[in-house]
Amino acid sequence: MGLAAAFWIMAVVAVIAALGVVFLRNVFRAALALVLCFITVAGLYITLSADFLAAVQILVYVGAISVLIILAIMMTREVQQGSPANRMKIPAFIVAAVLLGIMIYTVTQTPWQIAPESPLSPTTVPLATKLFSESGFILPVEIAATLILAAILGAIVIAREK
Amino acid sequence: MTIGLEHYLVLSAVLFCIGLYGALTKRNAVIILMCIELMLNSVNISLVAFSSYIVPLLLTGQVFAIFVMVVAAAEVAVGLAIILAIYRGLTDIDASNINLMKW
Repeated sequence: MGLAAAFWIMAVVAVIAALGVVFLRNVFRAALALVLCFITVAGLYITLSADFLAAVQILVYVGAISVLIILAIMMTREVQQGSPANRMKIPAFIVAAVLLGIMIYTVTQTPWQIAPESPLSPTTVPLATKLFSESGFILPVEIAATLILAAILGAIVIAREK
Repeated sequence: MTIGLEHYLVLSAVLFCIGLYGALTKRNAVIILMCIELMLNSVNISLVAFSSYIVPLLLTGQVFAIFVMVVAAAEVAVGLAIILAIYRGLTDIDASNINLMKW
């Protein structure tokens, strides 16, 4: 019962915050709404008993990515100009609504094979063995590390003053 | 009423479509990046929901979500650097006015 209440609160706040990202005039307030949406997603991970991912969500998204986005907003001085929409408003709305309808129809009509076991908790140790073991995902982890390094170097080179 | 897999998937679809609408309609490049982050987050929700309802003992979906986060962090760093470089050259980040590579 408590889990259901937590889910509904998080879901409503997440959808309202996402609508705020899209429809708020002030770009800075849109960024703050995005931060609120990230926090509610972390709460949803906790209701799914994914505790490690919730912590990573708070650290990476709420901590780092939101700071980067707010820094970019401040350096581009677009706060006053708001976030106007382009001419594709109605076609984009139709595309998004049709896609939403198709996805909701598919999700509700599919007979999911729900497993009887309750999910693992805490997940940190099983996730680490899954990521770093020989039979696990050690090669993708190394590739991801290379990708992060390349992205950092690329960001420095692109953003540097000539 | 208990919360099932469908609830999380429908919520994820709603967030994805809000982000899609924003990414298609907005002119400010920073807002477009924020909407892409929203879409990546909604995909993560559905991955974690699949992981904890369908294969609760394997955690594969959570591993996928971690890799999505890695790619999202790399993407936002490079994307914001590109936006800053464009702003330095054009003093504008309106996506409708950036047409240097259009022919």
